[in-house]
Amino acid sequence: MTQATTEPIVIIRDVHQSFGNVEVLKGVSLEVPKGGVICIIGPSGSGKSTLLRCINGLVPISRGSIRVANFDVHSLRTDQEKIALRKEVSMVFQQYNLFPHKTALENVMMAPVHVLKEGKDEVHTRAVALLKKVGLSAKQDAYPGELSGGQQQRVAIARSLAMRPEVMLFDEVTAALDPETVKEVLNTIQELAQEGMTCILVTHEMRFAREIADEVYFTDGGVIVESGPPAELFDRATKERTRAFLSQIL
Amino acid sequence: MKRSRRRDALPQGTDLPVLLPMAAHLARSAAIERAAGVPMLRLRAAHGMALLVLFAVGCGIAEAQGQPSQPSILTTILKWTPLLLRGFVFNLAISVLAMALGTVAGLFLGFAQISLLPPVKKGAWLATHFFRNAPWLVLLFYCMFLLPFQITVFGVTIPLPDWIKATFGLSLPVMANVSEILRGAVQSIPTTQWESAASLAFTRRQTMWMIILPQCIKRMLPPWMNLYAILTMATVLVSIVGVSEMMTLTRQALSAENRPGLLLAFYSYVLFWFFIYCYPIARWTVRLEARYAVNI
Ligand SMILES: Nc1ncnc2c1ncn2[C@@H]1O[C@H](COP(=O)(O)OP(=O)(O)OP(=O)(O)O)[C@@H](O)[C@H]1O
Ligand SMILES: [Mg+2]
Repeated sequence: MTQATTEPIVIIRDVHQSFGNVEVLKGVSLEVPKGGVICIIGPSGSGKSTLLRCINGLVPISRGSIRVANFDVHSLRTDQEKIALRKEVSMVFQQYNLFPHKTALENVMMAPVHVLKEGKDEVHTRAVALLKKVGLSAKQDAYPGELSGGQQQRVAIARSLAMRPEVMLFDEVTAALDPETVKEVLNTIQELAQEGMTCILVTHEMRFAREIADEVYFTDGGVIVESGPPAELFDRATKERTRAFLSQIL
Repeated sequence: MKRSRRRDALPQGTDLPVLLPMAAHLARSAAIERAAGVPMLRLRAAHGMALLVLFAVGCGIAEAQGQPSQPSILTTILKWTPLLLRGFVFNLAISVLAMALGTVAGLFLGFAQISLLPPVKKGAWLATHFFRNAPWLVLLFYCMFLLPFQITVFGVTIPLPDWIKATFGLSLPVMANVSEILRGAVQSIPTTQWESAASLAFTRRQTMWMIILPQCIKRMLPPWMNLYAILTMATVLVSIVGVSEMMTLTRQALSAENRPGLLLAFYSYVLFWFFIYCYPIARWTVRLEARYAVNI
């Protein structure tokens, strides 16, 4: 459990989003306090990934508002504005998406050097420290193709952290991993959360969600069906739909 | 990781395990040919052997038809070889020049094809497909007849000899194919690369130059080299429009000798020279292809 201040850093209000005429998000609202950790759970296709993509402006929303740090995400129009937002909000993907032609260290260094325009030496020091933090000092010169899934995912996390974001989004980051390597990635995320990083996680790891989250949101069909602190949601869900989902997955 | 990558490479729809390696191989070469837009030149040493046999048969026929008083067939061929090789060097010069011109123009056209501006994109698409699907010979004739024999720029008159015009003509289909190779390579990079670059706040331009294109070069090299080998063989087309390259010179040599029996021997000799030049390129292309198929 993390100690969250009350001031919200992410405020999502009545967000609607459609692909063509298929409405994927049908009015989602939630808030995350600075330093807070929330988990979003729900069946496949319920719009979890889409919601995360909306939060860092990869997908435009059709109605509602999203405020992250000092950005009104829904009203960002130009690429420059979106880029400014993405310096504050970083996303880690299920499939790692490392740049295959760059070594682990170069993957971590690229964005700070070319996007934040920071000095190479300074970034190098920070990147080495970040790789050490995720336990991959020995692998800094390896290419992504030479790393295991869990190692790649930890490099991806280090790469996001190198941007020094205010908020981290994790989209099922352990879903493509072998059971043994899931733990190394979850440990990394847990450490981050304990250090006070604001985290929004989409996950199917219920035990992990229970341990780490301040608040858990259950989504289905593009709406939040139910939410609450993990102990309440997991043990005393009020909605039938939630109980059905949890009984299947636990 | 390895396992999932191999699964991705497999085509759907076959359950027979024995077919899987072959199916994967076929799917890969089909994908490469689709991207390249021209058939892959899969020259093998056996093709060279076949040419040698053809040449030997040709020599045999010529000897059988020749009179005892005439010089031997090999002596005749050796006598003409310096001239023919001068023609061959001309073929190679045309191929290198047309490739260079076509590649530069094709890269521009390819970038226009992936532009975000609809008119640029549409126009480039149209040009690419027009020049890619037009017969090479037709483009060659167009250039021969439509280009002036000299141009005047700022009072300086630059002559345009036939072979230059022919080179322009050959560079047009090269341009279109390079354009398509670039577009195909850029689009073959998974969109997740764009997405993760965007989430790290890279601009579109930065993403293109630092993340997408470096990954494309490896994918573009084999089809580009293949295109060059095909172009080299197509350079004999310029003999039709009167440029004195190897083919034209061969015809002249044959009419000077005036021995119909020499035909097969001479033309298989010419083919053999092209084989010697294109075979290493084709082998190298296959090697690169195999290496990158594993590493990408
Ligand atoms: N680019 C897109 N174009 C059209 N439809 C899309 C697109 N992306 C997602 N969808 C649709 O939106 C719905 C929600 O997708 P989303 O990926 O957000 O679900 P999810 O909750 O993350 O599911 P999963 O647990 O499988 O990842 C799905 O029905 C999907 O088909
Ligand atoms: Mg998802």
